[in-house]
This record gives sequence, C-alpha cells and structure tokens, in this order.
Amino acid sequence: MNKAVLDFEKPIFELESKISEMRQYADKLDIADEITRLERKVKKLKESVYGDLTRWQKVQLARHPERPYTLDYIYLMASDFIELHGDRQCKDDKSIVGGFAKIDEHKVMIIGHQKGRDTKSNVYRNFGMPNPEGYRKALRLMKLAEKFNRPVITMLDTPGAYPGLEAEQRGQAEAIARNLLEMSRLKVPVIVVIIGEGASGGALGIGVGDRILMLENCWYSVISPESCSSILWKSWDFKEQAAEALRLTAPDLLQQKIIDRIVPEPLGGAHTNYEAAAKNLKTAILEELNQLLKLKTEKLLDLRFSKFAKMGVWHE
Amino acid sequence: MAWFKRSKENIASDSTKLELPDGLWEKCPGCGEIIHKKQLEMNFWTCTKCEHHFRIGSSEYISILFDKNSFRENDRKMRSADPLGFVDSKKYSDRVNETMKKTGLSDAVRTGTGKIEGREVSFACMDFSFIGGSMGSVVGEKISRAIDRAYRHRIPMIIISASGGARMMEGAYSLMQMAKTSSRLARLAEEGIPYFSILTDPTTGGTTASYAMLGDINIAEPKALIGFAGPRVIKQTIGKELPEGFQSSEFLLENGFIDLIVQRKDLRSKLVSLIDFCK
Repeated sequence: MNKAVLDFEKPIFELESKISEMRQYADKLDIADEITRLERKVKKLKESVYGDLTRWQKVQLARHPERPYTLDYIYLMASDFIELHGDRQCKDDKSIVGGFAKIDEHKVMIIGHQKGRDTKSNVYRNFGMPNPEGYRKALRLMKLAEKFNRPVITMLDTPGAYPGLEAEQRGQAEAIARNLLEMSRLKVPVIVVIIGEGASGGALGIGVGDRILMLENCWYSVISPESCSSILWKSWDFKEQAAEALRLTAPDLLQQKIIDRIVPEPLGGAHTNYEAAAKNLKTAILEELNQLLKLKTEKLLDLRFSKFAKMGVWHE
Repeated sequence: MAWFKRSKENIASDSTKLELPDGLWEKCPGCGEIIHKKQLEMNFWTCTKCEHHFRIGSSEYISILFDKNSFRENDRKMRSADPLGFVDSKKYSDRVNETMKKTGLSDAVRTGTGKIEGREVSFACMDFSFIGGSMGSVVGEKISRAIDRAYRHRIPMIIISASGGARMMEGAYSLMQMAKTSSRLARLAEEGIPYFSILTDPTTGGTTASYAMLGDINIAEPKALIGFAGPRVIKQTIGKELPEGFQSSEFLLENGFIDLIVQRKDLRSKLVSLIDFCK
C-alpha cells in the first residue's frame, strides 16, 4: 500500500487493510459476519476520529498529498475549461492557474493556486508558492472577467507567497497589495474558496470577494503554525500549540465572521472521494452565485466593502 | 584550542561599551559617533556625521511634519481586545498591557488630522516600538478611519509605515486588515484624493503588501529595510547570502517600487510640494 497515511489515521487504515485481506478468503471461509462487524467498527472509528480532529490534524489534512487541487476541482465541477497564461509583463507563473470555464449554464473565470503531486510537478508548480507574476496574472484574468461581465471564482491553496530573491526584486508586496485593492472594487461577483492551505498574504492575494467559502478541513491564517512557533516560541516544536492558538480552522473562522460558509467534505477528507468533494463545492458555489447575480453592481460593491470593513475586534 | 580558559571576557579596545550618562547621549548605529540628544533632535534624529536615520516614533514624526499645535489625534483610546485569547510564552493581553505601559502608546499606530504649512491632511504614523509595529485589528481600524477622514473632508492622506507586518496574535483578523485598508484606499483613489505612503525602517510583511505599497507616491527614507519576506527567511529559502543592499530603499527605487528617497530633514518640504502638485 503506497497511500499517504497520517499518524492519526493509522488505526483506521490498519482495520481497512485487514478487511480487504479477509475479503480475499471470503468465498472459502464463512467470515461474512466478521467482515460486516469490522466494517461497522471502521465506520464508527472514522466518525470518532474525523469528528474530533485537533486543529493541527486539520492542518495536516489540508496538506494531504492526495488532496484535490484547483485543476482537479475545475475538471470535476466545470466544463469547457480554457486555461489562459501569462501576466503580459514577465512570465507565466505555474503556481497560479486560471481560465474560462462553465459551471452548469454559468460562464465564469476560475483562478486558483496549483500545487504539484510529486517532486517533479511540485518543482514545476513551485509547491504552489506564487511569484509576483502569479498575482499579476490572476489580476489580469480578473480584469478580463470584469470586461466580459463574468463572475470570478478563486481557489486558495498555498503554503505562502514565494520568499525568493527575484520575488522581492519584482515586487511581491506590491503585487499582493495591488490585488487587494483591485479585487475590492472588481465589478463582477467574486466567490473565494479556501480548498487547502490559506497561508497569509500569499493566499489573501487572490482572496478578496463577496463570499468566502471554506472546505471543512482547511486552514487559513496570518502565518503557518510552524513559522508562528519558530517566531513566538523560538523553536519549531510548538506547531500544535501554535495551531491551537491561531484558531485557524473553518469553524473558528466562521465564528470569527471571516468566512461565510463551510463546505462539507466526505468523511476522512476531500482526498478520499474527489467526486463527492467537488459535488459539495459545486452545489455551494451555485447557491452563492445565484444569490450574488441578483444584486446590482453598486449594491454588490457596497456589500463587499462593508463586509471587510466589519472585520476585526477592538475596544474603545 | 586555548591551553588556559579565560576567566574574564576578552577586553579589546574596539569592544568597549560606552556607558552614556543620564541618557543624554546617543551612539550612532551607523558610524559609532556619539551625539547629544538635543543635537540629534535638531538634526531630525539623523546622525550629524553619517546621516544615519535613527528609528523614531509617531511623536517625533508629528513634531517634524506638522505646524505647531495643529495636530489633533483621533481614536486615542482604541485598544486591542485579544479576540483569540492568544497565549504563547506569554499571554497576548499581558504583552499588550506591558507594552502600553512601557511605551505610553495605545497600539502600533497613531492617527489624526493636522496642518503641514497650512495644508490640512489626514495622517497615520506607525510605532515600531509597539510589538514590532505589527498590524492587528486596532491598527487596521484606525488606519481605515483615517482614510475615511481623508475621504470625507477631501484632504490628502499620509501614512508613515514602520512595521514587521501583520500581528500573529490576532490570527486571521490581522490578515483581514490588509484587505480592509486596501479597499478603503480603492475608494479614496476613485475620488481623486492623493495618498502619500512613506516607508521607513523597517517596513515588511503584510504592511508592505497592503497600504504601504499603494501610495500614489511611494516615498522611502534612505537605507530603510523594505520588503515582503524578511531577509532571514529569504536566505534560508535560497540557501545563499543576500547581495549587498538587498531590500533597501535604494534597491526598491532601482527596481521601480519607490518614487523618491527623501532625507528626513526634507520630508516636510517635499510633502508640501507634492500636495500642491496634486491639488
């Protein structure tokens, strides 16, 4: 078995492999009852394990190497996808993909971070860490969507904007800042979905919109638990505590009124059933989109403005 | 390896640490010159010998830029609410209270309106001494309201940044302040009201990646550290030494992200010219 198994999932996978082993002997031996019993046990175990994940375990699920990425969702949810490339200034950043697509009858622009599956494709995708040209490509595509009056859907899944030499030279900060400003007044509906990791400015750089959706097992915060641990605890060993302290899961963010909706994942995480995960996401996107399309542009922009204006907590 | 262990610290002529009496004197981190505080203040807190720009706070910038007694501070009482109940090696709420006592500030930014040679402006100035000038809900909200004042009264907006980035202890709330302030600036821009961003040492992270980089005119003080990722992180990522002057004001000017590098002593007059040009 070459499946990537997380620590806390081990008991489940052990039981599951035992069951599949027993199935091979099922015609020769009378063990059907035993198999049913074990299957019931697995189901219960799954419910208890996945129903009670710690924040750090959710971070691990969000990074699961088999988790569906932006292109997977595009192919499962949409049709007629035409990928568009390049920022028209410098190059084509492979860690952000985007293009025209159809979700049912809706013609939309979909843009998202893209990770790779193995070493080779991860190098090609720069591990989903964009350079400035990635954000500029995203902005170019958003402007294109605005021009042709098509809603924008963005999918966030990045360990962060790339902290490299050339990235700084070409204005990583400026590229992200520009996107925040432009997305806040883009004259078409924008739906943002966090599908994996939402690491700080690198994620937010394509994350300003009218609705913020988040898949069940994702994280979104100002910093990764590891970096937070290294800065505040002066050691890499406190990532679990940092994850707890940062309150970075979907239920946390719903309570903080930073996201609008949690999209349920199949039991065990989106990677266990791509189709089911994509189906849930598509349903949620269509529901939100149909609401947003009823709004006049001016109203849409007013609501988007006040949505972000309300974020934060202070005393005075 | 030495045969004998030294029982005392090595005393070399260049390692003498001058204990300066009464805190009247400051040592220049640039050239080591010892300067009297009064003289430093007269010289806009820049070294009389090497022009090194000392890190200063909002009070100093207010005294440098504004006409006497013209600055009116707003939202002075706004303070952090510790929305996550954040605890690391220390409770965040304790950290805030201690910093407030130590610095006499209520958070990492002060905002208000005032006159620069008779010209009314809305102003925000960050204080690096307050938890590294980090941006949490209070900084985001105060800056947003300052931008609103510029918008309502149709007066120029000036923000002086000095910040390590978004404040970790408020999690995603801090991150959202980037979006909040940027959307305010979008609205200001649509009204044709000028915004001058002044970047000082250091300006990094989420602060650079939001309002600090969005000025109609971006001005930097000489030799300030300005960037998105911190130099240490970049060094770790690329696994080699960073080139001399990387992420300095001069580097940003060269790469096209800063309009002007202005010495602190010229800041006021330069702003006056720019405001008059945009009006």
